[in-house]
This record gives sequence, structure tokens and C-alpha cells, in this order.
Amino acid sequence: MKLLYFAWVRQRIGLAEEEVTPPANVVTVGELVEWLRGRGPGYAAAFANPAVVKAAVNQEFAHPDRRLAPGDEIALFPPMTGG
Amino acid sequence: MIRVQAEDFDVGEEIGRLTSGRTNVGGVATFLGLVRDMAKGKPVTAMTLEHFPGMTEKELAKIEAEAQSRWPLDASLIIHRYGRLAPGDRIVFVAAASAHREAAFESCMFLVDYLKTRAPFWKLEEGAAGADWVEARESDDLARARWQADSSLAKRVRPA
Repeated sequence: MKLLYFAWVRQRIGLAEEEVTPPANVVTVGELVEWLRGRGPGYAAAFANPAVVKAAVNQEFAHPDRRLAPGDEIALFPPMTGG
Repeated sequence: MIRVQAEDFDVGEEIGRLTSGRTNVGGVATFLGLVRDMAKGKPVTAMTLEHFPGMTEKELAKIEAEAQSRWPLDASLIIHRYGRLAPGDRIVFVAAASAHREAAFESCMFLVDYLKTRAPFWKLEEGAAGADWVEARESDDLARARWQADSSLAKRVRPA
């Protein structure tokens, strides 16, 4: 699946987007974040406090319990500060 | 109408275009957001706005549709810029046109409150000590929540 990162999530990980294949036991957005956290220091820094990270699945806001489907595009980012 | 763009805009021209040919409009309320030269007591030399192309336009369109459903609006406009801006630069412009002022004022405020916490934009402020991402403010969430908790204002100006 395709992952997109924005703002300090992108900066800490050092990538704007990537293609990943999580293990079969990663079923939800929250589990995906937990799995990403273990991928390296940048990921650990980006997801040190998973509660503050927001997610969108296919450009719609999604809660951590949202189930992932093949081909989903998942964006992970900090709380928005527009306006 | 929604516009997400790097380019600057002219407020007078935008209002003129919004109301052109709409003689039923009795008032236009607008909000213009600018880059401030100070943040938390420290000078800001530049601000970069990052956004999520595609989702940004969708979210802004949803917010605009929500305003249209709550108030009798004849026209509305949201312009939001992205990229690197300097203090004094225009960032965002919201305009709401209606037959009467209550709907225009209230929906304009609603649009600004919503877009601050729902549109996927992030601000990076640059100063003497480097660059810092702007933290989301709880007061912005509360400003949005107010419209969810109590829609009596909206009901008051809705046509019967």
C-alpha cells in the first residue's frame, strides 16, 4: 500500500511517500502506525506519540480502528494548522 | 468556490467577481488571514505552508457545502495559499455573500473556524533560531466545536 507523510512526520521519517507491504497481522490504521514505529529511528521519532498523529485513508479522515484494504492510500500527518 | 494556489490574490477583485451579476446579495462578510511577524514572542522571518493536494480541495469543498446547508448563502469563496510566504503576505481569504448580514457574518466565521482544524495544511515558521512547525491550538478546536455543540445561531437565520 502507498503511504504519504506530511509536515514533521515527513521530516522525521525523511520521506514524503513510500510503498510498503505490512505483515498480515497489521489490519488497522493504528496497527500500521505501531508497525511503522519499529522500522527505524526516524519512524520512532515521527510516531513517538501516536495519539497526536492523524490519518487519512484515500483522502478521507480515518480513526485508528479503521480497517485497511488492499490498494489503500494512507496519509499520516500532524494536527492541521491552516488558516 | 474553492481555490488552493501558490499565487497571491486581490481581495477587491475577488469580492467583485463573487457578487457580479448577483443583485440579490445584500451583504458580503470576508476574512483575510495574513502572515504575522511574531509567534510566541519571537520574530518570524518567513512561513511555509504545506498541504495535501487533492484532499485539501475535497475538505474545503465539504466545509463550504456544510456552510451552504446551514445558512442561506448566495455565494461563497475560500482561497488558501501554499508555499513560502513572508510577514504581511496574504494566506487565506474567506467570503460569504447572502441577502442579509447575519448569514454572511456567521457563515464566514464558521468557514474560518472549520478550515483551521479540518483542512490539511501545516505551517512551518522560520525565525532566527531556525524553523519550527506551528503547533495546533486547543482554542482552534474549541472554536470549531462551538458550531457543533450549538447550531442555534444557524437555525436562527435559516429560512423557515
